[in-house]
Amino acid sequence: MSAEYLEVRGLKAAYGNIQVLHGIDFSVAEGQIAVILGANGAGKTTTLRALCAMVSTEGSIRLAGEELAGHRTADIVRRGVAHVPQGRGTFPDLSVEENLMAGAFVRSDTDVRDDVERWYETFPVLGERRKQAAGSLSGGEQQMLAIARALMLRPSLLLLDEPSLGLAPMITRSLFEQLTVINAEAGTTMLVVEQNASLALGVADKAYVLEAGEVALSGPADDLAADDNVRRAYLGY
Amino acid sequence: MGSLASVLGVFDISLDKLSDGELWLAQFFRGLSDGATYASVALALVMIYKSTGFINFAQGSLALLGVYLVYVFSVEQGLPVAVAVVCAMVASAAVAMFIERVFIRPFPPDHVLPLVIVTLGLLLIIDSAVGIVWGFRTRSLPSMFPRGAPIEWGIAQLTWRTIGNLGTVVAVVALLYLLLSRTKVGLAFRAVSSNLESARLVGIRVGPTLGFGWALAAAIGTLGGALVVPDLLLEPSIMLRVLIFSLAAAALGGLDSMAGAVLGGLVVGLARNLLVTFLDLSELALATAVGVILVVLLVRPTGLFGSTRVERV
Repeated sequence: MSAEYLEVRGLKAAYGNIQVLHGIDFSVAEGQIAVILGANGAGKTTTLRALCAMVSTEGSIRLAGEELAGHRTADIVRRGVAHVPQGRGTFPDLSVEENLMAGAFVRSDTDVRDDVERWYETFPVLGERRKQAAGSLSGGEQQMLAIARALMLRPSLLLLDEPSLGLAPMITRSLFEQLTVINAEAGTTMLVVEQNASLALGVADKAYVLEAGEVALSGPADDLAADDNVRRAYLGY
Repeated sequence: MGSLASVLGVFDISLDKLSDGELWLAQFFRGLSDGATYASVALALVMIYKSTGFINFAQGSLALLGVYLVYVFSVEQGLPVAVAVVCAMVASAAVAMFIERVFIRPFPPDHVLPLVIVTLGLLLIIDSAVGIVWGFRTRSLPSMFPRGAPIEWGIAQLTWRTIGNLGTVVAVVALLYLLLSRTKVGLAFRAVSSNLESARLVGIRVGPTLGFGWALAAAIGTLGGALVVPDLLLEPSIMLRVLIFSLAAAALGGLDSMAGAVLGGLVVGLARNLLVTFLDLSELALATAVGVILVVLLVRPTGLFGSTRVERV
């Protein structure tokens, strides 16, 4: 048996009659960062949604050896899977602070308050706007809030869907730095879908390339970064 | 002066009436009392609209069922009226949860049209069921509040009922505010209202949360019915009128604003009483409510306090 924390076998997903994933296999070891690359429509977002039961799936999804397939989203979240969806991952009508409290919805421990303060320290702009409606934040601030909201779960597996979408390059870079710090400190396993391939491959341990709903390439992130096909298709040089 | 009198004559308005301060005050009080009841049902409509994005047309019917239960508990079983109202609120909340589970939850929550049609169907079914069970003869329902008026100026009376209706609405708004802003279930409800997908992703069970919203809305609607019906007579179509006035109130206030629902209710209540008294428009009372809805939709579709979503990209 492998020591993979997340192990996916033969994952298929469909929206109605349209099959998006045609049976993909991938895995992420505990405490590692894996990245999924691919063109638009390759099935990257659907892969993340499938892990959270946000789309109907077939196949096996094992988290720490336990089968997730067939469980509901709410139960999967209770097993420590946090998901930052693409774009709007916040509650626009709730204040910044309420967004963070909502992120800890399934927790019943007494450290929630401390965690809120911790993410205010990590993302000071959120602390400054704690009483403001999340919908009034800028795109970058909302993305930080969405990630902090997800981290409030104290997840063992963090799924990030294009965290750099719509962010300025500087902010994207510091965001990825934060993610590696969190990964190193808390040992959070991460699965990242990203268009910014060079940045993502830079922080990841492992990478998968999806093409038309199938895994076209996979391997250590460094190897893929050096692969000529990947370089031409996703790194652009 | 003569021409003004003839214009007024067309509308059957007498200057005597218009200059009668006591009549104005009397109708002002009645308007507040009616308005408080519309506000309660409007609050129930707003709760469902905020969380699901559709108007629950069965809200009045749930309140109708609730009011008949008040009748059963108070008149038939002999419980004190206030106790009967609380029992009926709990019972109608349970019925609403059942209805939500069986008739609403099977439909995807982000497709509004099928849900609206389901609520219209529920309106017809519940109203007919009430007619079958309790018959169509009119009954009178006792009020929670004592008769009489502590304050009187001639014909203008500030009755205990008016005070009670207003006080009840203020208490409901205060409790609702605390529930939604200070409790975990309130946070879940607001999170579901704000972003369904993210609510799922933080582990909120969306179905039961919306069921809770239905239960709460039904209880508030029943309370509103128990305030309004003692001024009228109880019969199976009574809440349809109330629903229309409450819809006007909710539309005026902004369909997603609780404060707007209360203010809208009071304005509609006042407008209705003043128009009916001074323009002698009792046949057109319902039309004035529909008129309010039309004007709001034309001039300010978000109502007085409704939000056009504040969202930066």
